Amino acid sequence: MSDESPQAIRAEALESILIEKGLITAEAVDDIITRYSERVGPMNGARLVARAWADPQFKKQLLTDATSIVESFGFEGGQVEKLVVVENTEKVHNAVVCTLCSCYPWAVLGLPPKWYKDPAYRSRIVMEPRQLLAEMGVGLGSNVEIQIWDSSAEIRYMVLPMRPPGTQNLKEEQLAELVTRDSMIGVEVLGGVEVPGELS
Amino acid sequence: MELQGLIAPPMANGEVVFDAPWQSRVFGMARALCEQGMFTWDEFREQLILQIGTCTDDGDYQYFIHFFDALTFLLEKKQFFSKDELVVLSEQFSARPHGHDHSH
Repeated sequence: MSDESPQAIRAEALESILIEKGLITAEAVDDIITRYSERVGPMNGARLVARAWADPQFKKQLLTDATSIVESFGFEGGQVEKLVVVENTEKVHNAVVCTLCSCYPWAVLGLPPKWYKDPAYRSRIVMEPRQLLAEMGVGLGSNVEIQIWDSSAEIRYMVLPMRPPGTQNLKEEQLAELVTRDSMIGVEVLGGVEVPGELS
Repeated sequence: MELQGLIAPPMANGEVVFDAPWQSRVFGMARALCEQGMFTWDEFREQLILQIGTCTDDGDYQYFIHFFDALTFLLEKKQFFSKDELVVLSEQFSARPHGHDHSH
């Protein structure tokens, strides 16, 4: 069934006009949608996180010059002019926002989730981060410092989450499967792994 | 060790980015125009911030409508099209009979 809402009709009309004028093709729009829904996404960021957990030297590079690392991986998606990766530790919890609009490191995280673009998230993560993070399921002790990173056109941020307990024996590919998008925005802390037969 | 099924891969976790197909089309149009060099993403971003800024009440906030408005403002500013064309064609499309795009 087709979407006949006024906004859907306006979007359809705009696309027709732009095609008619030779500014875009429907195929180019299709290609972009496919690219961002299938090849650009948090699995790219997850690969970086898993590599950083497994390889201390790589982690050091990632924390000092993530932009070059992303270039060397050749991720599609653009919008990472300068990427800064910030590390969560027992003492510091980082989270990312764009207070002005919706800047986000597409090449490593894909397109931003809906709540990231929401006025409530954009203001509350700055005004009352501890409260908001708790509501989102991240309860932090009062001894944990919270740092909020405001993305801009020039700099995008990604969080390197803490490696979950019980993952010492996992290979890099398996580690990557544990990494969630929200943990790389800083609104989720990764739990441990349930290993059948190894838990008491 | 069996990890699949225990924890979903990153691609699948998190909610859908687009609520409706038109939102993905508008996103695709903006990126395609940018890749064609019609404008830079920074120009678009500046327009988007302006559109979001016009929204004084959180209840009026609808990201992809602001996104759409930013795109049409920018295209008109760059004289690629006029919004009158959009109004006319939207009215024509609205007048189509129900089920015009599929046959039963």
